[in-house]
Amino acid sequence: MPYQLPPVWTELKQHAVFPEFSHDERARYNFLANLNRFISTVIAPGNQLAYAKRVEPAFVNANGRGFADRFEVGEAMKQDPVYQMWASLRRSTMEMRQQNGRAVVLRQAQQLANRVAKELEHTDLLQLKENFQVPPYLRHVDNHLMPGSYHTEYFQGDVSNAANYDSGLFVTSGGMLGSLTDGGGRAIAAWIKETYPDFHPHQILDIGCGLGHNTLPIAIAFPDAMVIGIDAGAPMLRYGAARAHALKVQNVKFIQADAADMKEFADGQFDWVQTTMFLHETGGKSIHKIFKEIGRVLKNGGLNLHIEQPQYTPEMSMYEQFMRDWDAYYNAEPYWGHMHDLKPEELMEEAGVPKNKFMQVGVKAINDLDKKKQDGKVTEDYGRSPIWNVFGGWKAE
Amino acid sequence: MKTELSGSHAGGSIQSSTAADAVNDIVMAGNKSKGGRPYFLEDPAVERVLNITMAVAAEVAVLHERMDTIERILEAKGLLNRKEIENYIPDENAAEERQGWHARFSARILRIVQQEVEAIAHPENNTPMRTIADEINEM
Repeated sequence: MPYQLPPVWTELKQHAVFPEFSHDERARYNFLANLNRFISTVIAPGNQLAYAKRVEPAFVNANGRGFADRFEVGEAMKQDPVYQMWASLRRSTMEMRQQNGRAVVLRQAQQLANRVAKELEHTDLLQLKENFQVPPYLRHVDNHLMPGSYHTEYFQGDVSNAANYDSGLFVTSGGMLGSLTDGGGRAIAAWIKETYPDFHPHQILDIGCGLGHNTLPIAIAFPDAMVIGIDAGAPMLRYGAARAHALKVQNVKFIQADAADMKEFADGQFDWVQTTMFLHETGGKSIHKIFKEIGRVLKNGGLNLHIEQPQYTPEMSMYEQFMRDWDAYYNAEPYWGHMHDLKPEELMEEAGVPKNKFMQVGVKAINDLDKKKQDGKVTEDYGRSPIWNVFGGWKAE
Repeated sequence: MKTELSGSHAGGSIQSSTAADAVNDIVMAGNKSKGGRPYFLEDPAVERVLNITMAVAAEVAVLHERMDTIERILEAKGLLNRKEIENYIPDENAAEERQGWHARFSARILRIVQQEVEAIAHPENNTPMRTIADEINEM
């Protein structure tokens, strides 16, 4: 099979509030996307080889037993030179991606803020709150090593961190999420339409919508519905609302709200409540409040779905659990590990979805940049591949 | 000069009304994220050097892409034929100049390794500078 090249960065769709890139800034992202592709397809498989050929045998030899859990695997792998170099390179690319992206958006931060404000003139897509309290789990960490995370505003009206996220996710994913980085939202919308053709939601809530990558495909797929995206990060919401307006999606709103306390919404208001790659960025106490709130705002018989990475189950090998845990500690998503230890059917019960209405499926990103060049095979890059676990269910009538 | 702003506005009070007051793009681009940085290689110094090397590799790739852009634009304007570049064979003079460039380039990159070898070859030239300072004080 020939080597599969990632798409060039210029295939990303440049909407009206997208940051401007110089030639060399684009080239930096092309370099990083390619470097990530090489590391994940050529170097990362060395971890599995090292584990199978020497790390596990040496452990068994020394201890007379296999690994007890993923943490023991981690301690043993840390000693292996192939793992050390892979991990060091992967961390390095993440930091470079942040620095390069921030350099682009910070030099034009005021212009970006002005463009977003102009795009939002005379619109009602955006609702921010005075004195909004950013949840503690967000303030405690800079997710994905993104300094300032989703919520930090360097000055009034700032959208820097959102613009950085929007233009740089391409690099981390190697272009596998499509020209609007919306492969997850497209996938879930298509799956719903195909699986439940008679489902016609009017009110849809997307929790932790960020800048709306995965919210807009849902709004586009259900033009008769109103889709409300909530998030804690003002820069994300501002940028997301302006981006939606620029892309001419009208049945969507971006509202600043805390998922653990959604007082702005009525009981049973929504036909469908969605989260996409959100739960692992919450916290161990908050997640239960969030599910309870989902149960409250979801109407009886309504749909609740969550796109996540696979949960850790006894069937999943210790090695795979360890590899999937990498991002938790080294890509600053520390709740990732604990969250994936939870039992999703129990979380869903907290939202009022009985076990007999629980479902779990695998979904792959719909990527408009794919152009049938790729044969659908994706080298497993634990936690980074555009293949997800969807769990959820229907609330009791 | 603002040098560290990451996460400092958690909770929402924003001190600055414009980017000009708040943003030092050169320094803030490289801000550290929250949490201790993990080092994977046994010697953190090696990991630092690896990170610097990868950043330099990125800039080499950027230069290459820029050169490629220039060639393609010049070719599109009829000022250059890239096949000529691919098929270029230097004459004797040019070949010597170019090989000389490569040799100096290699020497610059591998200076530290070369000097390690010289140190082994000439042990008499490895006296610590404090000793030399004392010696030279007597001269």
